[in-house]
Amino acid sequence: MSQLKLGRFSATNIALAVIAPAAAAIFSIIVSSLAVIASKKSPIDAYKTMWEFGTESASLMEAVNTATPYYIAAIAIAVTFRAGLFNIGVEGQLRLGALFSCYLGAMFVLPPVLHVAVVFIIAMVFGGLWASIAAYLKVKRGVNEVISTIMLNALAGGLSAYLLAQHFVVFEEGSNNLQTKELPASGQIPDLMPLLRKIGIEDQPGGGVYGMFFVAVALGLIFWFVVNRTRFGFELRATGLNPIAARVSGVNSKKMTVLALVISGAIAGLAGLPEVLGQTHAYDLGFRAGIGFSAIAVALLGRNSAGGMAFSALLFGFLEVSSRSLELIDVAPETYVIMQGSILLSSVIAFEIVRRLKLTLQSKELAKVVAA
Amino acid sequence: MKAMKLLRYATMLVFALASIRVITGASDLTSVGTASAALLLSVPIMLAALGGLFSERAGVVNIGLEGMMIMGAWAGGYIGSQHGPWFGLIAAIVFGSVGALIHAIATVSFGVDHVVSGVAINIIAAGLVRYLSTLMYKSGAWPGPSQSPGIESISTNGLPVFSGGQYFGWKSPDILGWIAEKNWFFLSDIAAILRGLTGDVSYVTVLAVSFVPLAYFILWKTAFGLRLRSAGEAPIAAESLGVNVYAMKYAGVVISGGLAGLGGGFLAIVAASNYQENQVAGRGYIGLAALLFGNYRPGGLLAGAGLFGFADALQLRDSTAIRALILLIVVILAFVAFRSLRKGKTLNAALTLGFGALSLWYFFAVEELPGQLVTMTPYIATIMVMALASQRLRMPAADGMPYRRGGLR
Repeated sequence: MSQLKLGRFSATNIALAVIAPAAAAIFSIIVSSLAVIASKKSPIDAYKTMWEFGTESASLMEAVNTATPYYIAAIAIAVTFRAGLFNIGVEGQLRLGALFSCYLGAMFVLPPVLHVAVVFIIAMVFGGLWASIAAYLKVKRGVNEVISTIMLNALAGGLSAYLLAQHFVVFEEGSNNLQTKELPASGQIPDLMPLLRKIGIEDQPGGGVYGMFFVAVALGLIFWFVVNRTRFGFELRATGLNPIAARVSGVNSKKMTVLALVISGAIAGLAGLPEVLGQTHAYDLGFRAGIGFSAIAVALLGRNSAGGMAFSALLFGFLEVSSRSLELIDVAPETYVIMQGSILLSSVIAFEIVRRLKLTLQSKELAKVVAA
Repeated sequence: MKAMKLLRYATMLVFALASIRVITGASDLTSVGTASAALLLSVPIMLAALGGLFSERAGVVNIGLEGMMIMGAWAGGYIGSQHGPWFGLIAAIVFGSVGALIHAIATVSFGVDHVVSGVAINIIAAGLVRYLSTLMYKSGAWPGPSQSPGIESISTNGLPVFSGGQYFGWKSPDILGWIAEKNWFFLSDIAAILRGLTGDVSYVTVLAVSFVPLAYFILWKTAFGLRLRSAGEAPIAAESLGVNVYAMKYAGVVISGGLAGLGGGFLAIVAASNYQENQVAGRGYIGLAALLFGNYRPGGLLAGAGLFGFADALQLRDSTAIRALILLIVVILAFVAFRSLRKGKTLNAALTLGFGALSLWYFFAVEELPGQLVTMTPYIATIMVMALASQRLRMPAADGMPYRRGGLR
């Protein structure tokens, strides 16, 4: 074995690992530059404006805040990915999780930390329950989870709008925004600003980092540990990599399917909370839509690994926030969707090319070793 | 034999609908307008499903239909509002095909997981059209960042003698419409449905529906179709017989994108009169569900698309009709329970009956369904139908499998 050059940290391997993201980045820069040129502006100016605005500390904090729900939702998707499934229904699961945790969470007052914990559990239960419908349909009725979760997204949208408008709504004086009752202070998560001040970051207008940031980090660590270092994680990955082999070696694949989808839904339930618990303190009509779909891109770009998804979530957050400055030089801020899309597409293809390249190199290497 | 059975089921269904119409007074259940709207809303779903048929028969899973429809709808709005509806439809086909070409490059040439590539295309398409629409709005060409200017409509016609319409200056009588207005039980219901399906139909609709037998002919009666299907069933065997599997897969996926794009363009140009953001609203996925419901056959997917189109039409036109539909579900559930009981599946029968009783209670408990719930009808229908139909599906044997020339991995 030691004769094989393609060890984990060999030069070739590291080069291969770098090639894919680099190629994807170059491709997406070309495409985005073309998009900027299409609006008759210089791409260099655009990138400079984005960089200058994006690296201000208020923008960075906002980028982290944008990235936090993406990261949690991406972890939810990655759980199913690792089991060879694809939960596209994160959008619906996180919406129902946020709605019910706000509605039920505002009904009682508990000691501070306990209250938040209960709110988390409510969100996870409802997210998990919603996902369990897809799990049931998959295991008992053989319905493809991609289609069922997409339909469940549409249902969650309708259901939450109905519940909010007809049953959960509380009218605040002077406001015609539909919203649930405000969570008591014990159910809110404080901002991280006091902590940031200690390390020398000054207050910014509109700044601040949601407390859920730490929850996202913790979830990332747990995800890494469970998937890579536990028996459950091994069985999950085995089901994803080769379902037949997994079944033969005693993994109950139906059980794994149900578990993966329900756990995924439970995690997804949390993804709607950073903004709700940290800022609005109630579920209202302005609840941010599309987290679940951006998170799919984050998970794909991050290759379903805890570190990769953290990077891609932050990248997406940064692009979204910094692109707002493009308005200043009269370029459509929506250019960021072109950037995100082209990165996603090119990296998905680049990873596959590199995988094939690696296989070819490995088999050549192996042939040499065997011949020697 | 099969046609007779189908006809019997259709008659039974119309009879049930007619009875429910009389019982509940939801007159829109079988009106000319509903049937006509159902046809209009079925066509985009059917086109997406046909697209899926070509792609999946060639062995490439195409979740990207949604994105290709979105691209088609946008192109339909963009070109259609400038150069007229027919050019708009052609542009929709071209845009859909371009989206499909990306899917084909990723999945066929580079072996990316089909679902991953498809979902990526959906995300990218949604973003791309949002960006392009903003550009259009900023340049002053469009009235808003989420809608195109109006598009000229394409003229309509009816089946001669039966459903009115104009032929070379001759005005055809409208026999079915006349019967439909008589309010005769069952007879008028049938006439109204037929009148809705054959009268005031856009030429594009006729063209689109004719694609179903055409697809059957191409896929099952030509050499090209045989080769394309062989790429989806046993690509390695096909390769050994000299079939260019890559070319077949590319052809399948690109045709698929063209059809899905046309479906999107149809939504903007025929079903509406301009492009609006979120116009596609999951119809690409519903088309895929219709394809699965139809067991990867042209006739089956037509039935699936019709079903979803009907649900969609009802929720758009009349929410009291949706409440009446619950009664239909009760009838169907009772029928299913009866069949399970005869087969000796007591538990199944009891569960079905319980669910039926619950639905019946809900029917009597609510006067009118709230609007937010009514919009969910097509999605609920999709899930329910999938749950009932998924068990006896037979997908193309190598559908979704990565294939590489020469047996490489």
